[in-house]
Amino acid sequence: MLDRLSSKREIRLLVYGSSLAFFFLLVLLPPLTGVLLRLEQATEIFSNAELAARAQSAIVWSFAIATLVSMLDLGAALPMAWLIARRRGAWRDSLDTLVDIPFIIPTVALGFSSLLFWGQAGGMLGSRSVFQPGLTLVLLLHFAFSYPVVVRVLVGEFQTYQRTYEVVARTLGASPFTAVRTVTLPILKPGLVAAFLLAFARSLSETGATVMVAGAFENGPVFIKNAKDAGFQGPLVFVSTVLILSSVLVFALISIVGRRFKLPLRRVWPSLETRLSSPSSVASRDAVTLIVFLLFVVAPSLFIVLPGVQAIFDGTLGMALNRTGPWSQYWNSIALSYTIGLAATLLNVLAGLPLALLIARVRVGGSITAAIDALVNVPIIIPSIALGVSLSFFWGSFGSLPEFWVLILSHTTITYTYFVRAVAAAVQGMPTELEDAARTLGARPLTVFRRITAPIIKYSLLAGAIMVFTRAIDETGAAVAVSRELKTAPVLLVDWVRGTVAVTASERALGIGFLVITSFATLLVLRLIARRV
Amino acid sequence: MPSVRLVDVTKRFGEVEAIDDVSFQVVDGEYLCVLGPTGSGKTTLLRLIAGLTRPDQGKIYIDGKLVNEIDPEDRNAVYVPQQYALFPHMTALGNVAFGPLSRGRSRQRALKTAQTMLDMMRLGSRVGAFPQELSGGMQQRVALARGLASDSKLLLLDEPLGALDARLRVELRYQLSKLAREAGLTVLHVTHDQEEALSVADRVLVLRSGRIQQAGTPFNIYNNPQSIFVADFVGGSNFLEGIVRERGRDGSTVELREGYKVRVRDVSHLLQERVVVAVRLESVHVRAHSEFNPNELPGEILSRVFLGAFVRYDVGLDSGDMIASRVFFRHSPELFDAGRRVVVDFSPEDATVYTYPYIGISRELEVI
Amino acid sequence: MPEVKLVNITKKYGEIFAVREASLEVSDGEYISMIGPSGCGKTTLLKCIVGLIEPTEGEVYIDNKLVNPLPPESRGIGYVFQEINLFPHMNVLENVTYGLTVKGRPRMRSRAVAQEALDMVKLPIEEKSFPRELSGGARQKAAVARAIVSESKLLLLDEPFGALDTRARTDLSHQIRRLVKDLGLTAIHVTHDQEEAMSVSDRIVVMKAGRIVEVGTPAGLYLSPKQIFTANFLGETNFLEGRVVDTTPEGSVIDVHGTPLHLRVPSEIRKHVVAAIRPEFVDVRTESKGGENTWRGRIEATVFLGSVIRYKVLLGNDVSIAVRYPSSTTSRILEIGESVDVYLPPEHVILFAYPDEGLDEARELE
Repeated sequence: MLDRLSSKREIRLLVYGSSLAFFFLLVLLPPLTGVLLRLEQATEIFSNAELAARAQSAIVWSFAIATLVSMLDLGAALPMAWLIARRRGAWRDSLDTLVDIPFIIPTVALGFSSLLFWGQAGGMLGSRSVFQPGLTLVLLLHFAFSYPVVVRVLVGEFQTYQRTYEVVARTLGASPFTAVRTVTLPILKPGLVAAFLLAFARSLSETGATVMVAGAFENGPVFIKNAKDAGFQGPLVFVSTVLILSSVLVFALISIVGRRFKLPLRRVWPSLETRLSSPSSVASRDAVTLIVFLLFVVAPSLFIVLPGVQAIFDGTLGMALNRTGPWSQYWNSIALSYTIGLAATLLNVLAGLPLALLIARVRVGGSITAAIDALVNVPIIIPSIALGVSLSFFWGSFGSLPEFWVLILSHTTITYTYFVRAVAAAVQGMPTELEDAARTLGARPLTVFRRITAPIIKYSLLAGAIMVFTRAIDETGAAVAVSRELKTAPVLLVDWVRGTVAVTASERALGIGFLVITSFATLLVLRLIARRV
Repeated sequence: MPSVRLVDVTKRFGEVEAIDDVSFQVVDGEYLCVLGPTGSGKTTLLRLIAGLTRPDQGKIYIDGKLVNEIDPEDRNAVYVPQQYALFPHMTALGNVAFGPLSRGRSRQRALKTAQTMLDMMRLGSRVGAFPQELSGGMQQRVALARGLASDSKLLLLDEPLGALDARLRVELRYQLSKLAREAGLTVLHVTHDQEEALSVADRVLVLRSGRIQQAGTPFNIYNNPQSIFVADFVGGSNFLEGIVRERGRDGSTVELREGYKVRVRDVSHLLQERVVVAVRLESVHVRAHSEFNPNELPGEILSRVFLGAFVRYDVGLDSGDMIASRVFFRHSPELFDAGRRVVVDFSPEDATVYTYPYIGISRELEVI
Repeated sequence: MPEVKLVNITKKYGEIFAVREASLEVSDGEYISMIGPSGCGKTTLLKCIVGLIEPTEGEVYIDNKLVNPLPPESRGIGYVFQEINLFPHMNVLENVTYGLTVKGRPRMRSRAVAQEALDMVKLPIEEKSFPRELSGGARQKAAVARAIVSESKLLLLDEPFGALDTRARTDLSHQIRRLVKDLGLTAIHVTHDQEEAMSVSDRIVVMKAGRIVEVGTPAGLYLSPKQIFTANFLGETNFLEGRVVDTTPEGSVIDVHGTPLHLRVPSEIRKHVVAAIRPEFVDVRTESKGGENTWRGRIEATVFLGSVIRYKVLLGNDVSIAVRYPSSTTSRILEIGESVDVYLPPEHVILFAYPDEGLDEARELE
């Protein structure tokens, strides 16, 4: 049987080897080398001073926004994560679900919803100008869509955290506030840095929604899209290359600096901190946290419901279901998105599993495994649109691979990390003794995986696959870069919102609405399946 | 034919030698305890034999066959890790049936074997329970049943009683060895508890920093420790520094601090040689007055502790040394309070003499 | 004036009782241990005193003050956790001074106090080292130093020596007892190791299944236990079921499996009893002399334990008695199958009424 085969060293080498090869040759190398193929074009930009200035400004703004938003998110999400992790009660559970909403809604929907919401808000406050498409809106948008990610990571950290440290601090005389500040947070620092980096990566990478709300403002991804639309190849290559290099560098920097960074714990102000631990202080802190959450995250995300509902009743629904006008292309795009999503998930699960096991278990040599571990993160560090640009060049030079396959490959590349990370973490969390005992009881490697490892990590396997799928459907940046004829749903919707394709306001609202509904439905189905398993 | 044989086996982790040039044999049906402090390499030794890690040097034979290149699943040596490693997602029955199933038995036969094993362990009524629902002692028995059900003749136990309460450990260790012997298994049982090793083993191997210090029967190891480390680690000893002042045919005289002298039977050390005199705690007698016994040393009781069956005295000798005595409470007609002046003595036959270690006694006894 | 007083503490989790009606008084300066099998509630009870667990019922008094409503940081207790939990992101000195830092004490003073504490636990290490660089024993000492420095008069220890080898455990537990007595602290120490408890405690609290079974001095509990569980938990004991057949001024006669056993105990007519005797009090004789409280049997097992030999003697009607003898090189070790006489000195036999739940259940160590 297959099990017996798995005992053979050669077979195992083959499996792990091909997984590694898949990673290097299809996931890692193409995005990094693609731009190098068109490097000469990059220098074109210097002949045009105005364009060069625009490009430079766009790149700097990308990083500036990412930094600012990540810090704000960290600050706002910390008390929220604390609430969710530590409190009990029905309202806490509803909060938990609410936090996930911006995460579940595709970012293009978020973008459009924010656009409408802040536009209305501006109108009501009488200062329309502040909330017009531009920098402010980009900041508000990025804050909103990274918020749930940071909260989830922090909740996870708080939940796995050994509370005993905090408890020890309390028995030594520290007030709750002091205990958290001097003991819990410093110990969780790696988690805080990870959350920061995640928010940072998302802000850097997001394209579709940003394009919708950017107006005349440009960050990196917006610039690239504009350049592509205008046919400026050179600036496109230039900015993509710079983004790829700088993002990897900045990440490495932040990770290193983050490790050294020491949170202040020298001085303690007992009386002040005791007061900050009091129920009234806590209550006011919670109130502010909730207000920020509702106003800046929930409302902008859910605002789309109103025009969506309106669109149902003004006849647009009928047209949509009849596939008339722009709707035929719409449904094709939806189908395309889902197909690509499924393909990417399948590829990542099959090809990523062995590598995940490798990272978690096999001692190839400590530093080598650590290096592979770090490299696996590259696809999510690089802004997806830059990645897409690089990929289209790479696959283009191999004598035109069909656009469909380039789309699949690019979506696979971008989501690869999620699955591998999730599975590797789960396996690492499993004591090796279980597999050791199983092997000495006579089980062959494949049997051990089938009967021991997989059942124990099944939730992570599923969660990883779900993450890949939802992320793939959500993706705009890479799709924008790669697509010529084919448009995935998010890409099409960006065109609808921006006016590149002429549609009515109702059609826009409904188009976005359908995407939201299908996303919700898919997620619901997947979660139900997960619960059954 | 020996069941397990190691020849010059070395295993390194980075710079550190976890196992350093180790050679020994385990005979078929033997119950061997590997005794050593934490970090001595005991777990690595078991993992090497199980095939979960490969030696950097040396050869490992199981039942006469060289197994260096053979995978764990083909070695027929069952490894039971410290925390038992029961599969959390399977019931007790599922756990025990795993071995036979993996080796290709039919589901029916595997389950039947599993049920029989668990009945033998008096867990017949708990076969449907998950590991988390069972107590520590029960989990241990399930782990054992799982090992026995796999049809293997070689059992590798890593601190099988370590996770249990002290009293339970004492109760269960007899059951453990009895079961293994009845099943005719060859067992390598690793532990840091010397009393446990002495009580269950046919032979004991004392391991320290990856090297074998001494091997022998429990009786042998206890009564003839070949090094200060073994004298201390197995059973505990008092150590008195001194210099050999006289040497005759039937014994020597060692001068301790402050001029106190003691007679020993040892003649293997030279005059003026710096030595260590080791005396077991149970060989040190504490008396109110001198009874003109050999090797009497005056001192003062520092503490008295009631240990149940034993009473332990820590005595500060006038020579400046500290000596401890541990005697049966039953045989102690008079109990001495702290501060009382007493006389301690021991018989020359009960003293073992070692060369003074170059790095000093405390460094020599360190368990790293 | 008692330092700690527990009045009828009960802790329920749903329908399950973790602790049931536990009452205890600990005097100022006393060192007591709470022992029992895993899951007996000793740690839960300790945590009720610390304030980490809120009892379902009952009151905790520290220095005659009701502390139930007070959070842990206000109770003035030094607590050493089972998992030690030295803060990994602080070095040893910062860990040890933490108790003073959070009270806002000046740094110089805190350092001095910390140094004193480290000296007291004999931890002469570089104060700048981090917990991960220390051995298990060193970490334990640092944790104790940290608890002491927090200026509390009450020290609570929760299985603090779990991860250590036997030798290190013994050494460390003695050092801590000395420290506690020198500083005049009151200590409550939770452990599952009865030998450890006996070697350091003034009094011992024995717990089982959430209840306090018995409280007494080590010698008192060991030599004159009032409960079968206490007898069995504090060290090996032989239990013999029997019936009282006669009562004389000198004591009762008990029929154990057909052999009369004469016991010198105040006569109370009890029908069904359990006679208990510790292995070290049983005599084994090779020549048969007969007489009262003597049985003929065969050596079933011989175990060499170093300084002690443990024999299992099989008596006619499948009753086994364990015997412990000091091993010395002069007397020979008896062989399996050898016929011997077993003598039970009446002054060392303890009598218990046969327990309602049955002997096996009463003895159960889990």
